[in-house]
Amino acid sequence: MIVRGSDRVLVMGITGKQGTFWTERMQAYGTRVIGGTNPSKAGTTHCNVPVFATARDAMKGAAFDVAVLFIPPLMVKEAALDAIEAGARGLVVLTEHIPVQDVMYFVAAAKERSVWILGPNTAGAVTPGECFAGFMPAFNERVFRKGSIGVVSRSGSLGVLFCLNVVQAGYGESAFLGIGGDPIIGTTTRDALAALDHFPGTEAVVMVGEIGGSMEEEAAEYAKTMAKPVVAFIAGGAAPEGKKMGHAGAIVMGEKGSYRSKRSALEAAGVTVLDTPSDVGAALKARLGS
Amino acid sequence: MNFEEHAAKPLLAGHGIAVPRGALAKTPDEAAAVAAGIGAVVIKAQVAAGKRGKAGGIKLAATPEEARTHARAIIGMEIAGHRVKKVLVEEQLPIARELYAAVLNDASSKGPLVMFSTAGGMDIEEVATTAPGKLRRKPIDIRGGFSRADAAALVQGLALGASEAAVANALVKLYEAYAAFDAELLEINPLIVARDGRVVALDCKFVMDDGAIVRHPDVARAGTPDRLTGLEASAKAAGLKYIDLDGDVGVLANGAGLTMTTMDVIRHYGGRPANFLEIGGEAYTQAQPALELLLSKPGIRSLVINFCGAFARTDVMTQGVIDAIGALKPRLPIFFSVHGTGDEEAIKLLKERLGVTPLPTMNDACEAAVKAAVKRTAA
Repeated sequence: MIVRGSDRVLVMGITGKQGTFWTERMQAYGTRVIGGTNPSKAGTTHCNVPVFATARDAMKGAAFDVAVLFIPPLMVKEAALDAIEAGARGLVVLTEHIPVQDVMYFVAAAKERSVWILGPNTAGAVTPGECFAGFMPAFNERVFRKGSIGVVSRSGSLGVLFCLNVVQAGYGESAFLGIGGDPIIGTTTRDALAALDHFPGTEAVVMVGEIGGSMEEEAAEYAKTMAKPVVAFIAGGAAPEGKKMGHAGAIVMGEKGSYRSKRSALEAAGVTVLDTPSDVGAALKARLGS
Repeated sequence: MNFEEHAAKPLLAGHGIAVPRGALAKTPDEAAAVAAGIGAVVIKAQVAAGKRGKAGGIKLAATPEEARTHARAIIGMEIAGHRVKKVLVEEQLPIARELYAAVLNDASSKGPLVMFSTAGGMDIEEVATTAPGKLRRKPIDIRGGFSRADAAALVQGLALGASEAAVANALVKLYEAYAAFDAELLEINPLIVARDGRVVALDCKFVMDDGAIVRHPDVARAGTPDRLTGLEASAKAAGLKYIDLDGDVGVLANGAGLTMTTMDVIRHYGGRPANFLEIGGEAYTQAQPALELLLSKPGIRSLVINFCGAFARTDVMTQGVIDAIGALKPRLPIFFSVHGTGDEEAIKLLKERLGVTPLPTMNDACEAAVKAAVKRTAA
């Protein structure tokens, strides 16, 4: 699920306000956008690329590898299934508030065909110096610079903060993967950790998690097997129990999903767990040697 | 969205799962009247909370007079922080077996999970820990659904005898209702086999997926709205994600992860966050109403405004903040941290319009706000 500069990208919902705004930025940064979709504007050109009715049509006219979806919640299931059937290799699903049963449906369809999905409710992925897919400030040089740190985050805004701190500490990113704040998502923290572990040029991984669910605990199991150092932060230590903290997935019920459970699982796996985001630079220096 | 038992059971009945005869009562007299038409009844407090029985919210009544007495005791009672306003009055059924059945959205299998146990009537989390062998689980591929054969396999070998087919049938209906109403959780505990062999849902817990409420406006009307404070209700009406907390350092940030982290860092420096308020996603244009709302909260002594733009443009959010400050002229100290999409423009706006420079890091902003709150408490 690491998007490369050579990947051909289809923007579904390209003609909308956000679709247009972010397509222009992706193009300016170097993302190879080969087309877009909007059923009512098929045959036209938008952002200098052809618009198709469906992803299946696009695949015939302008073959693509990755679909980025700027689609309203209730229409995502159909669009995602369209992209999967068209033969996409991966999907970036940005939309928040998609009904969960819809998500489970297209995630199952994707799994069957070995299609990766980032999201739903993700800000996307950035491979500095190559491309980005979604809505991340890849073009902001204080946030993204080509380097050797892989970053995975459930949250987009917090991902930006960590990338900023990584760059400020004198490092850069090999790749950033936003995996999304929903309770059910295509790529888990563990999947993303494994992808970054195997991504060439990555020397350490920064893992930004949050309370709720058990993804960080599962990622800790993988971290145990890694030779590369992992530095982690878990958001939500100060959150009260039983309240959804903005993200549908960020809820603690008793010990399940708690900060304590995640922190101790990660520490037991040899991961450096940070108290605050500003500590990331020092932790990387300690683990990598300066 | 949670549904109380009386609102959830008709959904099961509509899908062919038997439920006891009964009716809702809001007064002791109504409870007695319902009981008079039924005979021996059970009086059940209607609140969206578990363990009602242990709290004294469920009582048996042999006569209408007893029903009246129990209803009088239960209505007005407080269970897990909820005031009881109504009771469900239902026929008593002679029980042969108590079972457990549920369908829920399962994050680890990324699909629906059907659960079944013959240890019904107990706290299922207790069963899962003390006797995990008694809890059967079947992860489902939602594209194919839950078949009659799946149900038969899940209930076989449990000595259900002549009622085995009827129990399997109830599981199939339960899954149908789960799918039809976009449930996050649909649970029957207990699902009983009555002495006459009928399979009946004695209780029902239903949580609808919040993201799917728009698909079921009519059903959702019977749901229980979240209990919100005044400010939380105003925020919700304005499309903002806001939670009241009891500290004195106010928080405005964009994105759930960043907002939680701002709270964490305030706590790290020994302060107490006053709230959770995020204007992530499409709501990033709502900085002005968000800040106006927050400034109306009593007891806030200082404020952290922490923006890290990805999708959300920090210049647009900052403009909203400047407008709110211009309109309300707050006197409390405000500390900014601004990074990411649109930050150069945002920093320029702050300098020009407010004469303010954001602090270099969010840690700096949170630490300064905690110190300012302490100082104002002492003053």
